[in-house]
Amino acid sequence: MAQHDLAAFASRHIGTDEQSQAAMLEAIGYRSVDELVDAAVPASIHVDAFRDAADSVLPPAATEREALAELRRLADRNTVNRSMIGLGYYDTITPAVIKRNVFENPSWYTAYTPYQPEISQGRLEALINFQTMVSDLTGLATANASMLDEGTAVVEAMLLARRASKAKTDVFIVDADALPQTKALLANRAAAVGIQLVELPLATLGGADPLAGHDAFGLFAQYPAASGRLWDPSAVIAAAQGMGAIAVVAADLLALTLVTSPGELGADVAVGTSQRFGVPLGFGGPHAGYMAVRKGLERQLPGRLVGVSQDAAGHPAYRLSLQVREQHIRRDKATSNICTAQVLLAVMASMYAVYHGPQGLRQIALGVTRKARILAHAASEAGHTLLSANYFDTLTLRTKTDATAIVERAHRAGYLFRLVDDRHLQLSVDETTTADDLRAVAVLLGEELSDEPYVRDIDAWIPLDLQRTSEFLTHPVFNTHRSETSMMRYLKHLSDYDYALDRGMIPLGSCTMKLNAATEMEAVSWPEFANIHPFAPESDVGGYLAMIEQLQDWLADVTGYDAVSLQPNAGSQGELAGLLAIRGYHLGRGDTERTVCLIPQSAHGTNAASAVLAGMRVVVVACDELGNVDLADLRAKIEQHADTISALMITYPSTHGVYEHEVGAICKSVHDAGGQVYVDGANLNALLGFARFGDFGGDVSHLNLHKTFCIPHGGGGPGVGPVAAKAHLAPYLPGHPMAQRELIGQRDAAGRRSRASELVGAGGVPFVDGPSYPESSTFPLPTEPDAAPATWHRGAVSAAPYGSPSILPISWAYVRMMGSAGLREATGAAVLAANYVAVRLREHYPVLYSGDNGLIAHECILDLRPMTAATGVTVDDVAKRLVDYGFHAPTMSFPVAGTLMVEPTESEDLAEIDRFIEAMIAIRHEADVVANGGYPADDNPLRNAPHTAQSVIDGEWTHPYSREEAVYPVRSLIRSKYWPPVRRIDQAYGDRNLVCSCPPPEAFE
Amino acid sequence: MPDRKDLQYTAEHEWVLVEDDVATVGITAYAADKLGDVVFVDLPEAGSDIASGSVVGEIESTKSVGELFAPVDGTVTESNQAVVDAPELVNSDPFGEGWLIRVRFEALPELMSFDEYTALVGE
Repeated sequence: MAQHDLAAFASRHIGTDEQSQAAMLEAIGYRSVDELVDAAVPASIHVDAFRDAADSVLPPAATEREALAELRRLADRNTVNRSMIGLGYYDTITPAVIKRNVFENPSWYTAYTPYQPEISQGRLEALINFQTMVSDLTGLATANASMLDEGTAVVEAMLLARRASKAKTDVFIVDADALPQTKALLANRAAAVGIQLVELPLATLGGADPLAGHDAFGLFAQYPAASGRLWDPSAVIAAAQGMGAIAVVAADLLALTLVTSPGELGADVAVGTSQRFGVPLGFGGPHAGYMAVRKGLERQLPGRLVGVSQDAAGHPAYRLSLQVREQHIRRDKATSNICTAQVLLAVMASMYAVYHGPQGLRQIALGVTRKARILAHAASEAGHTLLSANYFDTLTLRTKTDATAIVERAHRAGYLFRLVDDRHLQLSVDETTTADDLRAVAVLLGEELSDEPYVRDIDAWIPLDLQRTSEFLTHPVFNTHRSETSMMRYLKHLSDYDYALDRGMIPLGSCTMKLNAATEMEAVSWPEFANIHPFAPESDVGGYLAMIEQLQDWLADVTGYDAVSLQPNAGSQGELAGLLAIRGYHLGRGDTERTVCLIPQSAHGTNAASAVLAGMRVVVVACDELGNVDLADLRAKIEQHADTISALMITYPSTHGVYEHEVGAICKSVHDAGGQVYVDGANLNALLGFARFGDFGGDVSHLNLHKTFCIPHGGGGPGVGPVAAKAHLAPYLPGHPMAQRELIGQRDAAGRRSRASELVGAGGVPFVDGPSYPESSTFPLPTEPDAAPATWHRGAVSAAPYGSPSILPISWAYVRMMGSAGLREATGAAVLAANYVAVRLREHYPVLYSGDNGLIAHECILDLRPMTAATGVTVDDVAKRLVDYGFHAPTMSFPVAGTLMVEPTESEDLAEIDRFIEAMIAIRHEADVVANGGYPADDNPLRNAPHTAQSVIDGEWTHPYSREEAVYPVRSLIRSKYWPPVRRIDQAYGDRNLVCSCPPPEAFE
Repeated sequence: MPDRKDLQYTAEHEWVLVEDDVATVGITAYAADKLGDVVFVDLPEAGSDIASGSVVGEIESTKSVGELFAPVDGTVTESNQAVVDAPELVNSDPFGEGWLIRVRFEALPELMSFDEYTALVGE
């Protein structure tokens, strides 16, 4: 029961108070929340059967003020030094107007993925700006609406190349001078799907046919190179295409304002990150990666793609395009497993371009490269050797004296250089580098900066034939909002289009749209968390590492597992990491034939897509008429694949929103066959405090911190998908060659934390070297990821060692402020709310599935199919009509077509839940009028929904219902109305006429 | 448009019109309706050899994707460019303008009659 104590955070987080809960319990016939949950959750899996509550390592709940004070102390243990490490992460100035109006604005960060496009036009426009920006800068036809980071974007490009190339080979050529973290990701991901990597020094290959003797389906070049070298990849691109390979170029977006675009150099695919467009370093993330492709490859794109279509009135409107490429439809045949992207960060990066425009961006880039020139000159004067005469922002130096000593001296002076080896170091400058910084760095290199004018003409270090001549960002949106007033209003104008949690309930089943509390958000933008480079030295990041270790311990505790990795930066990546751990475990035991992954019919599509990427073969298990895993079919499938079962992936509670009674038996039958059990943690919000995956048979799980642990959805990302496992899988959890410390949150029986060195198993697969090339006399490069500890065997799944650490204070604060008791109360309140909705709506819409005692978990599936059969009113009609009533629709047609899945969460109060229930009942009555012939099937308030203001004002009203009924079906809307900016959007039109960049302004006239 | 009763059918909801040694293949109205608004069709090139039962193409709608299975062993003589250009033909005229491929075959496997197919889909 929610506490009365308003000083307790739980009473602010949980929407229903004691009085409301009593009323709700009465409606469903239980005396207490505990009694209700005990009746719903099978006794055999209840946490009390497995451990004493006093054994929890969670500290008692802190108040909001106390939690912030603790975070402040953790922040104080981080040291913000000036990062010149580079390697894909550069300090940047977030325009304050973007920080305040996007990054810290719940209208942007509490929205969901824009699956309901009519109420998402604002962020869809921001995302199409992002796509246009990427497409323009890279010189390629179509860009998607963000990738998780640069490293995973390169992996996705490799997989795209394999699909699109007709070359019959498993070889992918990798640039030797690529980012080390990208190479680590490629090695891990290629091994799982049987791709062979060949590393070549692409920038120094010469001759008429630079790739002679090679055969590959794809090639990946870094431009400018990781060492800073600015080179022309067009010859290797042409050579790759000559052998039928797809050419992938990872490019720096800021550099592309000055240098020739990948598209103009002939590339098929460009990838990278948009971090330096105003998104803080954040110790590695979250940031938006990007991918763009040439014409003809758009259907091969992974992830979300925003396109232009039209609404029922013929006006242009944005929506997600070509969704059948994606995992939620195409499952194991999807172009990728990713679903959550990095929308909030993509919006920020796009707005940075909107605010600065093409001239502003070019000016920033010129400033950066001239600062690099000043340092290059100083370094030469000091007697160091510059390893490339051409560069954008990064210099690799062969040092006159011991490089280690210089790097250490720099660190003491507050500067972070990158040590390559004892004779080489690397320096990157960025937008934030000041004249004082340049003077200090010059002194560290052994030279005073002279006051003489320096060479300003970039021809001296950027070759003429690589200088960009083509235009970019010519669309008016990038050339209008120069004043802060204009920018502020543009951001407000867009966010006003959208429906986020700051307007009302978003009852999306399986999405857990709960409160993202302001206190939880507070620390994210503190400089001690925001301005830390992911590869900063361990001594700079003590506070971060302590916070990560604590959070890992807490997550292991509440899920019943032994070890946790926070590296995966989305649920899809957590799934993949978990499956790769299972794969590593079987291979480590010599079980090379265990490749079959059993997945129930009802599973989320991502499960199947992830399994394929872990090198597994999907076998589908049927569900029975109650929606549960069909035990007989499971046993039959196990028998059929007896010696090859790798894993079963099961969601608990099930995607049907039910606590399956037989979960223990299901896990046991898989274990008996030698398989491992993967429990998908998407629905953990129905379990926390009452049952733990690790207790009832799970070997490994991923959690969604952006669902259960309050990280906001950001309009479609960021997410964090930690992977948690039992001890036997711990050695196979993600690692990273550049991690400051191997953290997987594992404790031994005595409660001592184990170090990674004691847990190493098999795993990482080394690169296959290409034929040996004579080392370039001027350009020796480290070919192995630097800073790799000798014990590193774990594979990386994210570009940064701890994924997206800057948003972890959110989940840390949530757990810290709730404590064990608060988390349990939240679960109880969520289950109560869902069951209350089910009971109240049951007579109007059948509830499709229920479990023990007729109860459901934290969400319910309303079956609209009987109504559709009787009235012709579809799920779409109801979803869009809810917009007229001021609601975001529940999840449509997942996991069962023709149904709506409702998840109210614990954060909504009873008044809002009742308002939703009343809207659903009123809509049912409207459908009945259609059934009775009161409204024609093709002209009624449901079929015509949503109604814009224009649609009820313009012209003569000819419909069989009134204008008031159209837009004010409930009287309370008269004073408080959400007006959708467009009418129902034509999905087919947009897919048949694919347009994925900003339409000209005339289109909206 | 051929009379539907003269066509033969597969369990994959495809129809086959046999004229001499050439089979014209499309998907049935039932399948097109289940798929919804078709937005993209991927068909095998003329000249490619196909094996009965294998996946040779795809039919995408806004919400789903259907696979085109080869109903016979043979060589594709023609794929319908009109459908590639205007995929909505699959919805508007599945048995006529919405045909997908023509295949030259040597032997025809046993296919379903109109009555058998009608019984299968229960309509």
